[in-house]
Amino acid sequence: MTLADLTRGQWGVVEMVSAEAVLRQRLFDLGLVPGTLVQVRFIGRKGNLAAYYVRGSVLALRRSTAQQVLIRSEGDSR
Amino acid sequence: MKSSYLVALAGNPNTGKSTVFNALTGLKQHTGNWPGKTVLLKRGTLRHQGNTYEIVDLPGTYSLSASSPEEEAAREFITLGDPDVVVVVVDATCLERNLHLTLQILQLTHQVVVCLNLMDEAEKLNLRLDPSRLEAELGVPVVPTAAVTGEGLQDLKDAIARTAQGQLTPQPNPVNTDEEQPTAALYRRAEEIAALVVGNPPEPGTGFTARLDNLVTSRAFGIPFMLVLLGGILWLTISGANYPSEILAKAFFKVEAYLDLLFTKLNFPTWLHGVLVLGMYRGLAWVVSVMLPPMAIFFSLFTLLEDLGLLPRIAFNLDPYFQRAGANGKQALTMAMGFGCNAAGVTAARIIDSPRERLVAILTNNFMPCNGRFPILIVMGTIAAGSVARPGAGFTPALIVLGAIVVSVLAALIASKLLTATILRGESSFFILELPPYRLPQVGVVVVRSFLDRTLAVLWRAVVVAAPCGALTWVLANVSVSGATLLAHLSSWLHPLGSAMGLDGVILLGFILGLPANEIIIPIIFMGYLSANSLMEVQGLAAIQEILTNHGWTWLTALNFMVFAIFHWPCATTLLTIKKETGSTKWTLLSALLPTAFGVILCVLLARIVKLWAV
Repeated sequence: MTLADLTRGQWGVVEMVSAEAVLRQRLFDLGLVPGTLVQVRFIGRKGNLAAYYVRGSVLALRRSTAQQVLIRSEGDSR
Repeated sequence: MKSSYLVALAGNPNTGKSTVFNALTGLKQHTGNWPGKTVLLKRGTLRHQGNTYEIVDLPGTYSLSASSPEEEAAREFITLGDPDVVVVVVDATCLERNLHLTLQILQLTHQVVVCLNLMDEAEKLNLRLDPSRLEAELGVPVVPTAAVTGEGLQDLKDAIARTAQGQLTPQPNPVNTDEEQPTAALYRRAEEIAALVVGNPPEPGTGFTARLDNLVTSRAFGIPFMLVLLGGILWLTISGANYPSEILAKAFFKVEAYLDLLFTKLNFPTWLHGVLVLGMYRGLAWVVSVMLPPMAIFFSLFTLLEDLGLLPRIAFNLDPYFQRAGANGKQALTMAMGFGCNAAGVTAARIIDSPRERLVAILTNNFMPCNGRFPILIVMGTIAAGSVARPGAGFTPALIVLGAIVVSVLAALIASKLLTATILRGESSFFILELPPYRLPQVGVVVVRSFLDRTLAVLWRAVVVAAPCGALTWVLANVSVSGATLLAHLSSWLHPLGSAMGLDGVILLGFILGLPANEIIIPIIFMGYLSANSLMEVQGLAAIQEILTNHGWTWLTALNFMVFAIFHWPCATTLLTIKKETGSTKWTLLSALLPTAFGVILCVLLARIVKLWAV
C-alpha cells in the first residue's frame, strides 16, 4: 500500500520510494527515507493534497506523489 | 593572525535564520515564513572584539544534494567559498530534520558552529532539550538561542569568533554512510541524536498549530475562512484609510495655496506655475494622499499574516484548482506576493522548480491587482457603494473589492489553463510544501518594518514617476495645437475604442500614460478632466464623485474602470522584471498581451450587454 491509502490520523512506516530520481531525493531530503514513521494530519479538498507529519514537521504532498511512497500501515497508533 | 573572517549562515527554511542574520549584522530586511524565500545571498558585517566578520546568509534549504538552484548555491559556497566558519541555524522544535542538514554540512567542513535556535518555542512545547548532549554527540560547539528576544546571541558571537580564530577546534564525529543510501544513513543518525537530546518528544496533532490548522485547512471552512480574513483586511484598510487620506489631502492643498502665493510674489510665469504646481506638485499630492494610507495599513496587515504562517495554508487550500489549471500550488504564494507588488510576485516565482510552471506563474501574476491598483478598486468601490459621506462605513466597498479579487483569481486560473492547454503544455510536476508552525508575529516590529521596507519603497517609486508624469499631463492639457489641447487630441483619438469598452478617451490615455506606475492612473485622469474645466480643488471622495458624474460617468464606467484596472498590461517595473526573469522579449510581450486581451474583451462585452439591457 502507499501513503495515499492512509486516512486521517493513521500511521505508516515508509518502506520504499518508487519515484524518479529527483523527486525521490527531494522526499528523502525532507525525511521520508525507508523506516520513517509518518502520520496523516489532514486531507485537503477533493483528496488532492494531504498533510503528513514527518519527523516533527508537516509536509503537504499531492496525491500523485503520495502514491509513490510505499508504506506498511501501522493503523491508528504508533 | 588575520582580523577579518568569512562566516556562512546555513539552515532549513523557517528556522529564524533571517532573524539571526539581522541580529548579527544589524541589517534591516524581511524575514519570510515560507520555504525558499531567501534566494539571493545576502551579506552583512559583524564587528566583534576588534575583528570583522563578513556574514553570508545562504538560502534556506533542507539539504545540500544540489537538486535545486538554492541547494547548489549553498553547497558551492560551503565547499568553494572557503568560509572560516559555517553557522548552522537549527530549529530546536524540529530537531531530526534540521540535524540531517547539519550532518550533511559536517561531511563538507569541520569548521561548524550549531545555533540551536527557537529555544523559546521548544520551552513552550516543553520539549526539554539538552544542548550539551547535542554538543557531545555532534562534536561541534552548540549555542542555544532565541534570536527573537536576543537570548544567547552574545554566546553565538563568541563561539563564532573562537572557532574562526582557532581557539575552538570542532571535531565532528563521523557518520558511516558506506553501507546504505547516504540520506537514509544521515537520517538514522539524526534520529539517534534527537532521541538522546530531546527529553520529551512532541506529540503530533496537539498544540496551537494543529488546532488552528483544523479550521484553516478544513474542506468546509478553509476557503470561506480565507475570504472572511481577506474581507476583514480590506474593510480595515478601507475604513482606516479614509480619514488620514482626507487629512493628507487637506494639508497638501494648504501647502499648494502657499506655493501659489510664492509664485505670484516672485512673478514667475504662468506656465512655470502650471508645470511645477498644477502638474508636478498636484500629481505628487494625489499619489501620496490617495496611496499612502491604504498602502501602509494593507502592507502591515499582510505582513502580519505572512509572518504568522498563513500563506502556505492558502496555497494548500487552493492547490486543487491550480492543479486543474495545470499549474503549481506554489503559484498561490506568488499571487499573494503580487497583491503587494507584481514585480515582487514575478521574482517570487523562483520558488517554483518546474520551468514551465514557473513561466505560467510569471505570465499570470499581473492578473492580481497590486497595491498600486488597489486604491483604484477602493475609490471606485467606495463611490459605487455610495458610502462616501459616512467615514468608517467601509463594509460595502470591502465586499466590492473582495469580489474584484475573487474575479481576478478566477481569471488567473483561466489564463493559466489557457497557457497550459496551448503553448505551455506539459506534465504536472511534483509539489511539496512545508506547513511550518504558526508563529505569533511581533506586531510592533512588523508594522515598522513593513512601513520602512515595503510602503516607503513602493511609494517612493510612485512619487518619482508621478512628478514628471504630472508635469507631462499638465503640458498635454495646456498646449494647444489647431484649436484644441494635445490631451484633447489624444483622448478624442482614443475615444472610439474607449467608448466601445464602456470607458472614454481620457481613461484610456490615463492607462497608457500610467505605464510607469499604476499609482498615477487616477491622478492623470483627473488632471485630464480638470484641465478642461476651470481648476478646482479636489478634496476627498465626495469631490471625486462629483467630477466623475460631471464627465458622464455611470456605474458601468466605474465597473469597467475597475475591470480594466485589474486586466491590463503590467507596469514598466514589472515588465522589466519579467524580461529579466524569463530572459525573453517574447514572453514579456505575451505577459502584457494576455491580461490586456482579457480586459478589452471583458469591457466590450459588459458595455454591449448593458447597452442591450437599456434598449
